[in-house]
Amino acid sequence: MLDNLMQAYSFINMRFLLEGAWVTIQVSVISIAFSYLFGIILGILRYVNFKIISAALGFVIDIIRNLPLILIMFFTYFGLPQIGFKPTPFWAAIIALIIFESAMVAEIVRAGIQSIDPGQMEGARANGMTYWQALWFILLPQALTNMIPAIVSQFISLVKDTSLATIIVLPDLMNHAQIIYGQNTNYTIPMFIALAAMYFVVCYALSLLSKYLERRQRYQGKPANN
Amino acid sequence: MINIFQNYGSQLWQGFWQTIICSIISLFFALIIGSGFAILETVPNKWTHLIARMYIELFRNIPLLVITMFFYVVIPMYFVKISGFAAGTIGLTIYSSAFIAETVRSGIQSVDVGQIEGARANGLTFWQTMVHIVLPQAFRYVLPPLGNQFINLVKNSSVLAFVAGFDLMYQGNVIASDSLQSMNAYLCVGLLYLVITLPLSYYMRYLERRTLKGGA
Repeated sequence: MLDNLMQAYSFINMRFLLEGAWVTIQVSVISIAFSYLFGIILGILRYVNFKIISAALGFVIDIIRNLPLILIMFFTYFGLPQIGFKPTPFWAAIIALIIFESAMVAEIVRAGIQSIDPGQMEGARANGMTYWQALWFILLPQALTNMIPAIVSQFISLVKDTSLATIIVLPDLMNHAQIIYGQNTNYTIPMFIALAAMYFVVCYALSLLSKYLERRQRYQGKPANN
Repeated sequence: MINIFQNYGSQLWQGFWQTIICSIISLFFALIIGSGFAILETVPNKWTHLIARMYIELFRNIPLLVITMFFYVVIPMYFVKISGFAAGTIGLTIYSSAFIAETVRSGIQSVDVGQIEGARANGLTFWQTMVHIVLPQAFRYVLPPLGNQFINLVKNSSVLAFVAGFDLMYQGNVIASDSLQSMNAYLCVGLLYLVITLPLSYYMRYLERRTLKGGA
């Protein structure tokens, strides 16, 4: 058993696994950056009442939120080439993740802005700010700090969901582990342990971060005396 | 798109049902397991709390695909042979139960402590208090988030496509490669998923708004 473990975690295998982990990290970071950006923009557009645009956008966001991510991945990888755009698995996974997660983040942002006391907006407007200035300088910063825990847990699920991209043969952590235990069935259990441990470490660290931020924010929200 | 529905109607229908069946089975067991761990976590005992916490944190932070593949690859290799559908459903149940436990726990903790103290003072045992006083109130409070968990569960059931679970997503792949119209096939599959999830999501939003109004 121990011998088997030593062989399974040999230098070559671990290097191969870590190469996969590196791809997973790249995909996660790029998707997180873009979906945060697009999510905020979409969330604001959703909050601001442009008559038709907001309603249409809301409907599209609802549709994307209610589709499985795997389907969106298939769509970007196998569907898009039919209309003349052929992404590599790497970019197909990133595009799918950005589409899906920015819809999720947009909904969080919208809810976050809506939860801000309307008095803030009224006060800002009464002090002579335009609507957009009030939104940008007063509402959004407050909303973003309130939303940190929700957004971090959304990004935790993004990191976990990158594993789904193995289905479009993205050479990520999951895929490399599958290749290793595909070559030697004795390595199956060690590989699953390694997989679970790697994902767990990253996601648990993020969830601790989210808890820390949540706690810090709760203390900040309270008045110092009282 | 229409010709996909015409030519592959029976396959899509089969996948649709398989997805619904898998989701309902998973929801049923995940609710039981999740509520169990949520109660364990709120029991005033260090060890049960620790066990529940470990279960929840472990399965919340491992991708669903890893759990499912574990049941699909490792369990048949060393223990019993199970079908892809069973492996997928078990994986989905375990994964969702961690999230449901977290949701139910927040519901239990939102119930006023006075309710528990009052019930205990009136001579109810701990379990009687849980079953008759705390859980009914907690579930009313967490119904909208639980509904959202169910929507996630339906979406996550697409992981059955990895393990030959014959669900909607699997059939979608088969149809896509058979008809060579992947765009249309995936659009059809997406439409069928939306038939399940979109009404649920709007209903949950309605419930959420109603509880918010009721609370204020």
